[in-house]
Amino acid sequence: MSRPLLDVRELSTQFSTYRGLLPAVDGVDLSVESGETLALVGESGCGKSVTALSIMRLVRRPGRIVGGETWFDGEDLLRKSQAEMRQLRGDRIAMVFQDPLSTLNPTFSVENQIVESLRIHGVARGSAAREHSVSLLEAMGIPAAPERLRSYPHELSGGMRQRVMLAIAVSCEPELLIADEPTTALDVTLQAQIMDLLAALKQERRLAILLITHDLGVVSQFSDRAAVMYAGHIVEQAPVRALLEEPLHPYARGLLRCVPRLGRPDIPLTPIEGSVPDMVNLPPGCRFAPRCPEVMERCWESMPPLYDQGPGRIVRCYLFEAAEQAAPAQGTA
Amino acid sequence: MAERVSEEEELESVAATTPGMLRLLLGNRVAVTAGLVVIAFFAIGLLAGVLTPHDPNAQHPEAIRAAPFWRADADARFLLGTDSLGRDLLSRMMYGARVSILLGVVVVLLTLVVGAGLGMLAGYFRGRFDVVMSRVVDTLLAFPFLIFALAIMAATGPNLVALVLALAFKGWVDFYRVARGDVLAARAADYVTAARGLGASTPHILLREILPNIVPPLIVLATLRMATIIIAEASLSFLGIGVPPSIPAWGTMVADGRADVGSAWWIATFPGLAILALVLSVNLFGEGLRDVLDPRMRKT
Amino acid sequence: MWGRFFAQRLLQLIPVLVGVSFIVFLTMHLTPGDPVEHMLGQAGRITQEQIDELRAHYGLDRPLIVQYGRFLRNAAVGNFGPSYSHQGRDVGAVVAERFPATLELTLFAFLVAILFAIPAGVVASLRPQGTFDRTATVAALLGISMPGFWLGIVLMMVFGLRLGWLPISGRIELGLAPLPTTGLNTVDALVAADGAALWSAVKHLILPGLAMAAPMAAMVMRMVRSSMIGVLGQDYIQFARAKGLPERTVVGKHALRNALIPTVNIVALQTGLLLSGNMIIETVFQYPGLGKLAVDAIAAADYPLVQAVVLIYAISYVLLNLGADALHAVLDPRVRAA
Repeated sequence: MSRPLLDVRELSTQFSTYRGLLPAVDGVDLSVESGETLALVGESGCGKSVTALSIMRLVRRPGRIVGGETWFDGEDLLRKSQAEMRQLRGDRIAMVFQDPLSTLNPTFSVENQIVESLRIHGVARGSAAREHSVSLLEAMGIPAAPERLRSYPHELSGGMRQRVMLAIAVSCEPELLIADEPTTALDVTLQAQIMDLLAALKQERRLAILLITHDLGVVSQFSDRAAVMYAGHIVEQAPVRALLEEPLHPYARGLLRCVPRLGRPDIPLTPIEGSVPDMVNLPPGCRFAPRCPEVMERCWESMPPLYDQGPGRIVRCYLFEAAEQAAPAQGTA
Repeated sequence: MAERVSEEEELESVAATTPGMLRLLLGNRVAVTAGLVVIAFFAIGLLAGVLTPHDPNAQHPEAIRAAPFWRADADARFLLGTDSLGRDLLSRMMYGARVSILLGVVVVLLTLVVGAGLGMLAGYFRGRFDVVMSRVVDTLLAFPFLIFALAIMAATGPNLVALVLALAFKGWVDFYRVARGDVLAARAADYVTAARGLGASTPHILLREILPNIVPPLIVLATLRMATIIIAEASLSFLGIGVPPSIPAWGTMVADGRADVGSAWWIATFPGLAILALVLSVNLFGEGLRDVLDPRMRKT
Repeated sequence: MWGRFFAQRLLQLIPVLVGVSFIVFLTMHLTPGDPVEHMLGQAGRITQEQIDELRAHYGLDRPLIVQYGRFLRNAAVGNFGPSYSHQGRDVGAVVAERFPATLELTLFAFLVAILFAIPAGVVASLRPQGTFDRTATVAALLGISMPGFWLGIVLMMVFGLRLGWLPISGRIELGLAPLPTTGLNTVDALVAADGAALWSAVKHLILPGLAMAAPMAAMVMRMVRSSMIGVLGQDYIQFARAKGLPERTVVGKHALRNALIPTVNIVALQTGLLLSGNMIIETVFQYPGLGKLAVDAIAAADYPLVQAVVLIYAISYVLLNLGADALHAVLDPRVRAA
């Protein structure tokens, strides 16, 4: 693998709120290889969705991308014009959102919304587009596909809508799929089905997936690597197995202690004390310091940089400064 | 986005308290200015008897169609000029404020009480009453307001009570709908079920539990309706079937000035400007009120 | 599905029309202005016999219920009897004469309002609090705060008298009237390829049309604007952009369609008000249409004529709502399930 398909470096996006500037994404680094799934994990409000939107350059007022680079297949997306981005969107990079009922236009039929994509990106038109749509729906496991084409979003069940969204997303054979909490709005059985579908798509089409979620179960079952995000930046990145068995960053460790383990009723659930920081008035040091059980003096003074911890592992914590002292990957003030 | 949500939530929690609401409202400079203008009109109307330089009905045959003060041919006694009968425009306009505001307030209060009352009953008890009321409302809406007003006024002649009724004729429907809709929603709400569980009687539930919750949107609606009523009254007066001709009213004044539109244009223009100013202020204030009292109805 | 849809709505029409006709009937008959005396008023001295005779002739001596029955039966076939204030001419004929004028003016006002308000609302919504938006909002507020009759007079004053650009009364210049095929001067002029007539007809429509259209345009613009702002914040708009659709498609296709759904209701409501405003504007501009006819008829206690005009307005209103409902169902598939 020469270079990653997606390579995000120090991406920063700010929002102007009536209380001040809010750095929703503050120097985020992550990368996704062709055909692999990277899970972006974090609690609500940590900036995961904004990161996704920033990569797609869909951030609008009052938000603004203020720095960084997003390399996609050798080109920096942040330097591209909106017209060029439009060509990429839906064609080479696709995105699916959380709630399929609100993400599909209620006034247009399924067919209309799929064919629209096909037409815009020059994949098919007219009756060829129709046939293509039918086979797409079938590939997504939707029964009675030709009839379904004429349906409207409100006539479909939640799971079906999500499949339709996926069908639209992969209709033009993208190389990267950004899935923003694709299963959060679904119940558990549907979750499993959709994730299986995603896994199949990944296999068949060599689809790279940036999976945004707060569900550690989904992370463990379907991702290759995971990046943990807290208060606007990445605090740990590692292959999934390694992260789940041996989390390094105190926040990651805290997260895993919150997850109940089947068959181990003896292990107590320990919530993480405290709450997320006020993003408009950020303290100078590490943002997790107020809640960290292993906090040190210097954590309050300055933000730790990312430390290399082996193949594909980085941690943003002073605790790991000594081990594997390679040059800090990237730092932020 | 987490950021956006928290801002809205903050606003809502501030607006939930009365002192908070007042602060929000006062922070809206446009609404405050508009409110002050309305109060000014109100004061002028109230104190017209004392403030006016002349008797509004007194005719000055020697100063017919006198020009307003900035023109060379103006008569210093009449600041805004006089009409075709030599009556002072300024004084007449001040008295006109009285009529417009008084009628506005009376009609709005009447329609508010009747409409909201019926709406609450229909929304809470449903059943045949509700169905019959919908038919009534539909029929009423199909009736052009002006025709009904014309008919009544033509029948009774210039008569303030009839005028109020004519203006109130269709006005209550809006209050009815809002009240009914809100009561329908409230009735299924937890706090009502809880009250019933505690053994509260129906009148108690309606008046003490539900009513306070539906009042804010009704207040907003009342303000906005007031604007409509003022224009409606002016229109009727313009057509000659509104306020009796002996009482100075802006609509009548515009009608009086119509013939002189080519030369003494001020006779028809100034009263109209007064209507515009008052109605605009009422509307602006109503919108400010809405932003504070009922963010659901907010246009943005 | 559409058949059932329309049948349902039309059935709802009937009780409404009955109700309206009853109200009209009552108000007209309970008012003291006696039509017979009106009619005979100019004839000098009249004997009681003549009055009674005339009354019997018009059936005005029968009990109210019977009169109402007759009224309904006749109305159903469009027979409203003779017009008291038009020398006994058939009401139907009098109304038919004036109807096209009002239709033309109302259509003109409607089109002006819509063609201006919808694009303006969309553009304003794209940059909320921007210059265009602020200007449009101010203009809209003025539009709903101005009394129609005053706006008409001011327009008349400025553009008609001061600047002399546009005529201030009537429908068309004397002698230029085109051959009446539809009764709508503009259409007839087009059909006859008569440029001068067309221009004259349009010139006469502009001032009254603008005065009528202003409040409606204001309300519709605000509705479109707020609807669009709400819609543009929805997830499916973001998804449409994520598909790579050009912004004009996102706004013009995806957003607009959803924003038009609540707008249709406002448009229907406002068009109903347009009919009301029509009476006032026609009076201001001495425009020879139904509105002016109605105002004059009421003053003359001409019951049959008033009844006919009111019924026409009521039917128009109901049809309007029907159209709005239908449009609603076309735009929003979620409604069709009902």
